[in-house]
Amino acid sequence: MIRLEKRRMPSQVWTWAAPVVAVLATMVAGGAVFAALGKDPLVAIRTIFWDPLFSEFAFYYRPQLMIKGAPLVLIAIGLSLGFRAGIWNIGAEGQYIMGALAGAGVALAAYPLEAAWLFPAMVIAGALGGWAWAMIPGLLKVTLGTNEILVSLMLVYVAEKILAAMALGLMKNPDGFGFPGSRNLQQYPSATSWIDQAAGLHWGVAAAFIAVIAAYVLLSRHVLGFQIRLAGQAPRAARFAGVNTARLVLFCLGTSGALAGMAGLFEVAGPSGVVSIDFNAGYGFTAIIVAFLGRLHPLGILLAGGLMALTYVGGDMAQANLQLPKAAIQLFQGMMLFFLLAVDVFTNFRLRINLRGAA
Amino acid sequence: MTGTLLAIQGLTKAYPGVLANDAVSFDIGTGEVHALLGENGAGKSTLVKMIYGLVKPDAGRMVMQGAPYAPNAPRAARAAGVAMVFQHFSLFEALTVAENIALGMENPPAMRDLATRIRTVSQTYGLPLDPARVVGDLSAGERQRVEIIRCLLQSPRLLIMDEPTSVLTPQEVAILFETLRKLRSEGVSILYISHKLEEIRALCDTATILRGGRKVATCTPAEKTARDLAEMMVGAVLKVPERHAAPSGDPLLKVTGLSVASPAQFGTALRDISFAVRPGEVLGIGGVAGNGQDELLLALSGELLSRRGMVTVAGQDVSREGPVARRAAGLLCAPEERLGHAAAPDMSLTENAALTAAARMGMLRQGFINWVAARGYAEKVIAAFDVRTPGPQVAARALSGGNLQKFVIGREVLQAPRVLVVNQPTWGVDAAAAAAIRQALLDLAAGGAAVVVISQDLDELMEIADRFGALNGGRLSALRPTAGLSVDEIGLMMGGAHGMEVAHVG
Repeated sequence: MIRLEKRRMPSQVWTWAAPVVAVLATMVAGGAVFAALGKDPLVAIRTIFWDPLFSEFAFYYRPQLMIKGAPLVLIAIGLSLGFRAGIWNIGAEGQYIMGALAGAGVALAAYPLEAAWLFPAMVIAGALGGWAWAMIPGLLKVTLGTNEILVSLMLVYVAEKILAAMALGLMKNPDGFGFPGSRNLQQYPSATSWIDQAAGLHWGVAAAFIAVIAAYVLLSRHVLGFQIRLAGQAPRAARFAGVNTARLVLFCLGTSGALAGMAGLFEVAGPSGVVSIDFNAGYGFTAIIVAFLGRLHPLGILLAGGLMALTYVGGDMAQANLQLPKAAIQLFQGMMLFFLLAVDVFTNFRLRINLRGAA
Repeated sequence: MTGTLLAIQGLTKAYPGVLANDAVSFDIGTGEVHALLGENGAGKSTLVKMIYGLVKPDAGRMVMQGAPYAPNAPRAARAAGVAMVFQHFSLFEALTVAENIALGMENPPAMRDLATRIRTVSQTYGLPLDPARVVGDLSAGERQRVEIIRCLLQSPRLLIMDEPTSVLTPQEVAILFETLRKLRSEGVSILYISHKLEEIRALCDTATILRGGRKVATCTPAEKTARDLAEMMVGAVLKVPERHAAPSGDPLLKVTGLSVASPAQFGTALRDISFAVRPGEVLGIGGVAGNGQDELLLALSGELLSRRGMVTVAGQDVSREGPVARRAAGLLCAPEERLGHAAAPDMSLTENAALTAAARMGMLRQGFINWVAARGYAEKVIAAFDVRTPGPQVAARALSGGNLQKFVIGREVLQAPRVLVVNQPTWGVDAAAAAAIRQALLDLAAGGAAVVVISQDLDELMEIADRFGALNGGRLSALRPTAGLSVDEIGLMMGGAHGMEVAHVG
């Protein structure tokens, strides 16, 4: 008989081994999927995980890793605060869009003005845009007790509609010969988020590293971080300790919204450049996987963000070189979360195999 | 008494690190009420689980009426005529009495027949109970009757009762004892687990005392004094707490007309509760579980807010303030549930020390927690209250219940509160630790604090409280000095026997 036995203390080893095991299991299962599609699994896995870093064209792909990783890390850091407190913001994608629209709106309104204050103003507008969008589920939860998962998720689709309306209407490039999409902010020196495009370095990368450090300090040293952890682990003990639940909900949703909004702004003012209908690339959803893969720990998220960026960049390579369908890559990313949640059981439980049968 | 029903011979059960039962042997006679006595951790539950088929012994055997008895599951135990009433009820609150009983039966009869049988059994054995009532509306005593009737419907030969009186008023205890005596006269054997010595002396024919997994003695309890039994249980001479406080001065805690709704679905709303506690005074609040104890603690800790003027600490109105402001005013609390309420299970003791002590013990600077100070405070609590743990880095859930309770009480006491409110301070704690906790509460009062002890252990309240009141249906009885209070008076304050209008002892 096989049964699970609860550990007296959560296993430290498994806490950190689980993501590694999950990634390995994903490689095996993903390899099987690729084999079923008629591709050589070893080549596919090497293309995704190895080539972007160490092949002869790696000089081209390495900057891509930072570009893909930065928004994931920035959003996942914000989400992890809420997830730790048991506040489930699933709508980072919508906050990302609204932040991009708000920040780009400032730039497009100021065009063609060149000024040093413009970019900081865009960052603030981007953060506020994402924050305001996250405040909708936050305020509804606090005042009416609605479920933030549903509200934040549904607001993603509202945000997508607004994005489409903006790209086709208000923000459309007047010099764009009627094509949808805004002016290209990459070509607007005061508004671009690029620091060094060739190196893949933009302000979002810097913001992601700052967010990692700030979140680490908040969670380990500050009383607010303590309250976040407490509220997630033992809600009744948190109330006994005097944690103001409503304020915590607003803080966590607001912070994750602001960070997602900033990620959107950095993206639209840099790598993407243009407010277009399909400018959002699903970072807001993928960041949920990154947050859990990183154990909701800031440093873990940094590593997980890098890994996830690798599957994006490597996935693109696999698509181009091996003709793997895009859905297979998304399946691969989803499997990672799936395996992580499954392997996570061993953090709190121990497997007992009793060959003598039922006692 | 004619012969032996169940002979227990050398039962041994080891768990990793502990020998829960070490070659325990005794006989339960037919038609005998046999007490199983011992402290927490003495091995009572393990022994009973082996008899009921929940745990398989490592060594030893049992013989029931001459035939070997080795149940491998509770179902087998029930088939052999062994029934058990657990301390914690397994009832669905939203279902009726009859539905709950049907759920626990192997082959439940039609609902109408079952209701008739429930009525018959309830009248025969003097256990007033209406099969159509919803369990959520029943008192703890009535819920226990549901469990007992569920057992009696199986016509058991051996009825095991685990701490049956911990949830009953003295009057309800009297009814239960009538029922048990009637069962005994019909030849049913009863294994009665308790640590309440006077009850055992009044009810039981024989007592087996366990200590540290071994049988210490089998005796006739009526021939021993309660003190003898206690010392056999503990294996040492007991120290009675000393009290020297003399209440004086203006009230530190004043509760005026406190009425609040319960946050729980089947909770009890508090109705018009008023009392005042002066410096140096220990107020004991008794009552059967579920009569508003939890709600009273929440209303005092600040987790439940009340209307202006209802709760004041040293003249300061804190009714609309949350736990943080109340702690700043000097009102500290220790809730009943240790894991999950008083302490966060997966957090270390250091973190749990900061949980309530951060502000008062100077661990906060501009919102940043000084973990070195928190660790120091946790170590101080561990040392002062003899908490058995490898160190403050250990997660709260790794501690035994009694050790965590010492930590939780110590964490509040060492903050030098002006008012301390504790709920069930010694629940599940061994006798020596319980005495230490009671002494700490008395010392705190002696130092000029006002102490409110909410407890279901009447002996504890009589030992340490200056005045006593009982909660019943969310109302607090008039407060009486504990000196000279009789058990009957206390029972009436607790609301007498619940549900006596439904049936009578037959």
